[in-house]
Amino acid sequence: MNNKKAIKIETPLTEEIVRALRVGQNVLISGTIFTARDKVHAYLAGSPDPEDMPFKKLAGSILYHCGPVITEDNGRYSVIAAGPTTSQRMQMYEPFVISHYGVRGIMGKGGMSAEVAQAMKESGCVYLHAIGGAGALLAEKIKAVEGVWKLEEFGRAEAMWALRVEDFPAMVTIDSRGESIHAQVEKTSKERLLGLIQGR
Amino acid sequence: MLRLKDGIKEIIRKTAVSLPRDVEEALKAAFEAEPEESPSKEALAQMLENARIAKNSARPLCQDTGTPIFYARVPRELSFAVVEKSILDGLRTATESVPLRPNAVDVLTEKNSGDNTGLFFPEIYFEQSEQDTLVVDLSLKGAGSENAGAFYKLPDERLKAGRDLDGVRKCILDAVYSIQGRACPPYTVGVGIAGTRLAAAKLSRTALMRKLNEEAPEPAINELEKRALSEINSLGIGAMGLGGNCTALGVKINHAHRHTGSYFVDISIACWANRRSRLVW
Repeated sequence: MNNKKAIKIETPLTEEIVRALRVGQNVLISGTIFTARDKVHAYLAGSPDPEDMPFKKLAGSILYHCGPVITEDNGRYSVIAAGPTTSQRMQMYEPFVISHYGVRGIMGKGGMSAEVAQAMKESGCVYLHAIGGAGALLAEKIKAVEGVWKLEEFGRAEAMWALRVEDFPAMVTIDSRGESIHAQVEKTSKERLLGLIQGR
Repeated sequence: MLRLKDGIKEIIRKTAVSLPRDVEEALKAAFEAEPEESPSKEALAQMLENARIAKNSARPLCQDTGTPIFYARVPRELSFAVVEKSILDGLRTATESVPLRPNAVDVLTEKNSGDNTGLFFPEIYFEQSEQDTLVVDLSLKGAGSENAGAFYKLPDERLKAGRDLDGVRKCILDAVYSIQGRACPPYTVGVGIAGTRLAAAKLSRTALMRKLNEEAPEPAINELEKRALSEINSLGIGAMGLGGNCTALGVKINHAHRHTGSYFVDISIACWANRRSRLVW
């Protein structure tokens, strides 16, 4: 990561800060972020028990599509590897989750759909792209486990972990104007694909 | 004497925490070739840095430590059952000691078994060998890349792909285009051509076990592998799909005789890490 040019941001994020971010910018995130993958998303988009989780903390927060490797020793958790998982699987839930909980950042890998980009535009949220497979490097940016929710029910990979991070590197690849690097790359590659498979 | 289950545990650890040498070299070459300050170069830099940290701190490269897939070639003196037991024992121990992420989930109860074993989990394939040594090849196959696999029946009207190697080429390009950056490129692309679905799938998966510099013996396949690789890299998807010149590190094609009425093409994708290694016992 080209840290010299990276913008430092801290959670909870304000709408103003998020709206100023642009695709292609590198960021270094500090503060608390929450892991949320398949099971947590299905739960959040269903009818969750309002007494059951850190609802209020999600406003202004970053949801991280990640199922970490975490070990436990006498109630102390250590994060061993914690890279992003493929965000596409959370697409059908994300527009609701963004608008309902006031989440300001979604972090994962591979990008998300035009519907999610539209929800980000409406609510003031960005997509943050972390490097897939960089589990060991990214775990070093996680300084503490602040809490865990739904551990018994969903298991370690699917539970929601509150993680304190310091200078966690990511790139803005969908911004709050709805601009998306993923959509641009897909468009260009489609033109090239058609050139390569047409004819014969 | 080291026990077989300890050898299995050790090969799992090695596969989870370090890149195969050919893969690391290919990533370095890709990093050198990408333009300064491009998102693709930065993604490759993080991958290489991650590999260094994982190796030095003996922790997994990726939190998805994958579906363990074992290919065992067993000498006559050893029974498949003994090898299977050692694999399961070694895997259970490695899940604790490396550690691996427990990934095996019961489809009926949705419960995670907690130790990476369950019905058909891990996958183990046996072959009888005429050699004196046991050879176990291991692949730790992440879900992101496994989810990206694709399957084609030729002819394919949408792609205008006929029943020939040019049709296969169109399938390969379409598969990579369709997954974009979602399965952690630069990919290794495994291709299986066969007349049954099972054979095509098995061939595409075992193709990922070939070293990147291992050339296909048949000139027509060799040529197709090279052409497909160069065309994939011209799509501009790049490392992690952020745009760039390196979308794949290699294309590896396996083929079987097909039934005259069937022509299947299966595509297996490995992420940039393509974690694989071999134990010779």
